[in-house]
Amino acid sequence: MSGQATTPLTLSACGVAVWRGDRCLCRDLSFELHAGEALHVQGSNGAGKTSLIRVLAGLGRCDVGEVLWQGESLRRSGATYRAAIGYLGHSNGVKLGLSPRENLAAAGALRHAPASADIDSTLAQMNLYAYADMPCGVLSMGQRRRAALARLLLARVPLWFLDEPLASLDIAGAGLLNEMLNRHLSTGGLAVFATHQPLQLTSSSVQTLTLDRPT
Amino acid sequence: MNIAALVQRDLRLAYRRRGELATPVIFFIIVTALFPLAVGSEPALLRRLAPGVIWVAALLASLIGQDSLFKSDYEDGSLEQTLLSPAPLEGLVLLRVFTHWLVTGLPLVILAVLLALMLGYPTGAMGVLVLGLLLGTPVLSFLGAIGASLTVGLRRSGMLLPILVLPLTVPVLIFGAAAGERAALGEPAAAPVYFLAAMLVLAVTLAPFAIAGGLRISLES
Repeated sequence: MSGQATTPLTLSACGVAVWRGDRCLCRDLSFELHAGEALHVQGSNGAGKTSLIRVLAGLGRCDVGEVLWQGESLRRSGATYRAAIGYLGHSNGVKLGLSPRENLAAAGALRHAPASADIDSTLAQMNLYAYADMPCGVLSMGQRRRAALARLLLARVPLWFLDEPLASLDIAGAGLLNEMLNRHLSTGGLAVFATHQPLQLTSSSVQTLTLDRPT
Repeated sequence: MNIAALVQRDLRLAYRRRGELATPVIFFIIVTALFPLAVGSEPALLRRLAPGVIWVAALLASLIGQDSLFKSDYEDGSLEQTLLSPAPLEGLVLLRVFTHWLVTGLPLVILAVLLALMLGYPTGAMGVLVLGLLLGTPVLSFLGAIGASLTVGLRRSGMLLPILVLPLTVPVLIFGAAAGERAALGEPAAAPVYFLAAMLVLAVTLAPFAIAGGLRISLES
């Protein structure tokens, strides 16, 4: 997104295998994703979508094959890579004891701190402004998900990993996600997402990666 | 990385679940109070046992709080976000352990003064006992955090953590109790205090790497 556009952004994987425990879920995965492109990871339950996304985000271990960001292996690009990615997994990463506003401020402390006006506008965008100062523990699952999406927006990173982003979002929330994903891609961002429900992406360059359960 | 904001977040979270923080403190009081009931209330005996009792009780109480160190962050996904932060994980865990010690270890040190008085520990030696606890309990926090980082992904890790960590805490216990005992007898206690200080320096510099490594392993699966 903003400020990152000088060098072309590329995420690529070559020959990556995904393991869960001692079971190989998929092998020989390769793709190349450029600025403005999205990768839709498909596959049935247990096919390894989450494991793959965790490997790509650098949370899971990549023993076979290599994931490259800007042509550099994740093993070496460490902090540079982590500064460029946002990850939304199955768990929201939202502290239930803190309000959405405090959560966003705390998440900002791990990166560059967002201005409080930015926090306010992002909360408003996610329709959370009225709940900004209530503890997340009393908010609904969908509202917590929205708080997590707000964190992703505030991080202003070029590469998004979304694992089942639509989980527990209502129709309006799904619309918001669609909109923010489209805006992200149109401003040169990249996204890797796994979802069972279809997303309406205006970007023509959505690649699909289907994971087959090994027989 | 904004250190003040991170510490503020942890302290705020701790304040909102302050009931939980009372558990180790109450445990500390109860264990210490059990000793006079079990060994008899003879003042000379209790005075002699005081440093050892305080240290064993503080050690066990500090372990109670350790299990929760990374657990809730693991369960709600905050730990993943911490690992994905561009800030060095070692620094983040160092901060986390320090704030955790502030809310779980420091109350024990303060309370130890009262409990030591209750056992008849000489007031003139109290400074050394407290100094030993101030140096030793952070070491216990760091050791506990290493265990917590390795067991955070396990479902029933309640008893595993003490079994992993207790053997590692033996040196802290030996020198901590020795410092308190020597001071009570009016002997020079500088040597065990220096040993505790050395262990704290080692813990602060090395444990964050072990804790960060443990967390990475725990989140890989």
